[in-house]
Amino acid sequence: MAFPSAPYDDDDFRKDGLLASERAGDNAPALSISEISAQLKRTVEDRFGFVRVRGELSGVKRAASGHLYMALKDEGARLDGVMWRGNAQRLGFLPEDGVEVIATGKLTTYPGRSNYQIVVDRMEIAGEGALLALLAKTKARLEAEGLFDRARKRALPFLPRVIGVVTSPTGAVIRDILHRLSDRFPSHVVVWPVLVQGQGAAAQVAAAVRGFSDLAPGGPVPRPDVVIVARGGGSIEDLWSFNEEEVVRAIAASTIPVISAVGHETDTTLADFAADLRAPTPTAAAELVVPVRAELAAQVHDLQARRGRALARLLAHARERLEVRSQRLPTAQALLSPQSQRLDDLSDRLRRALVHRTEIAAGVLARHGGALRPALLTQRLGRERERLAAQRLRPEALLQRIEHARGRVEALDRLRRSLDPEAPLQRGYVLVTDRDGHVVKDRATAAARVALTLKFADGPLDVTTGQGPVPTVSAAPPRPAARPRGATDSVQPKLL
Amino acid sequence: MASTPDIAALSFEDALKELEVVVRRLESGEAPLDESIDLYARGEALRTHCQARLDAAQARIEAVVADREGRPAATRPFDGA
Repeated sequence: MAFPSAPYDDDDFRKDGLLASERAGDNAPALSISEISAQLKRTVEDRFGFVRVRGELSGVKRAASGHLYMALKDEGARLDGVMWRGNAQRLGFLPEDGVEVIATGKLTTYPGRSNYQIVVDRMEIAGEGALLALLAKTKARLEAEGLFDRARKRALPFLPRVIGVVTSPTGAVIRDILHRLSDRFPSHVVVWPVLVQGQGAAAQVAAAVRGFSDLAPGGPVPRPDVVIVARGGGSIEDLWSFNEEEVVRAIAASTIPVISAVGHETDTTLADFAADLRAPTPTAAAELVVPVRAELAAQVHDLQARRGRALARLLAHARERLEVRSQRLPTAQALLSPQSQRLDDLSDRLRRALVHRTEIAAGVLARHGGALRPALLTQRLGRERERLAAQRLRPEALLQRIEHARGRVEALDRLRRSLDPEAPLQRGYVLVTDRDGHVVKDRATAAARVALTLKFADGPLDVTTGQGPVPTVSAAPPRPAARPRGATDSVQPKLL
Repeated sequence: MASTPDIAALSFEDALKELEVVVRRLESGEAPLDESIDLYARGEALRTHCQARLDAAQARIEAVVADREGRPAATRPFDGA
């Protein structure tokens, strides 16, 4: 904006006075501030109703209302700007300080503050260099947040049951992916069709990534084990949606591992940094996401064959070991042979011992038997006979002894006869006894008895003492009390 | 073997890995013979499982159909290819 240049050169204005005064020929009355401001506003808006300006963003601030306030500046000037909410939401990028942009809109004034500003309808990044600069800044910011950390990367499933693909439903990309998948490992693919370029593309891609991530297992839409976010090659502008923070954040937050495959090998987007794996191309993504079925089948087959061989070898080895050990196992015969031998030995010795013993016995017998001759006995008989003969049996010796004995018998008989208690009876003595035959030696004893027996030489006589009743036996005929004298001779031999 | 998880519940990769372990163990000859027979049998079950997973592989291409709020509601056969 250009101000009117040097209006104060007029001399009239130098005559300063204290009061404002009407001057001759001056038919223009003084304008109120509102009037001049309104005029100015009209002039500015008419003249600059549609402008495109290029400048660097500065002081970018998004108000709670959603309006975006900023300043555009270059080396020498500065222009305040505002972008109303509706337009601000449609911005294809996140405006940041320092980003060079081309803003399209109209100039307007703000009379209350003696301000003018640009109301921006559209804003674009001013050229590829500026875009790259913005990209670098966004990347640095998200990187600082840790969204690209290696530690966040998850491993892809080895063999996904379901593969989600976020891409355009038309075009070469999805065809390439499906082709390559069917070549390698025919799989269950769920495509989430999205715009991959232009207005709203970023939002769709982000929504699709989040949509897959939020799927519950077992729902009407099968939950993928891995998600491919893909787009074909293009300019940096074409791929821009995949640099958008919304997409980057959705990928980083996905609960399902994500492979990014955006553009060609040389194109790198922020989505690639956030993804768990970056594939250089969509086709490469298909190769990364599934193994080759034929190779797996071959591997299984190989393992199967190795398994068979391993067991066969193991069995053969086991058999061999068994055989070696069986050979070393001693036979029953060998085990028993020491005992058997010992038995043989002992039985042999037993036999020989018996023989030996008999031989010894036979020897002893022979030795002793030799000495046993009849002569031994006859010799002894002879000797005994001689001894017998030497004994002279003389009758005189016997007779002498008999005579001697007889003499003694006669002397003893004489003595006996002199000692016979009944001998005095011959001379008139009587032996008094009681009826039981006990000798009564004194009168007192006799007086106590009723009956007594008087033994005479020629016999006993029973008598009564008259001291008591006379027993009837006294009437009995007298028994011979004693034998006659001559009878003693026959008794005499009993004394010997 | 110390733990023998249900083979049907194993992913292809886990089954393949275990099959490899089984084969290597068999090949090492370290396992006792009885265990080797068991290992062999388990190897067979693992192989069958892997083979079934491979044989079951078939292409099935669907596209997500979103409802008005943009949420995935169903799928339909994908005809874009």
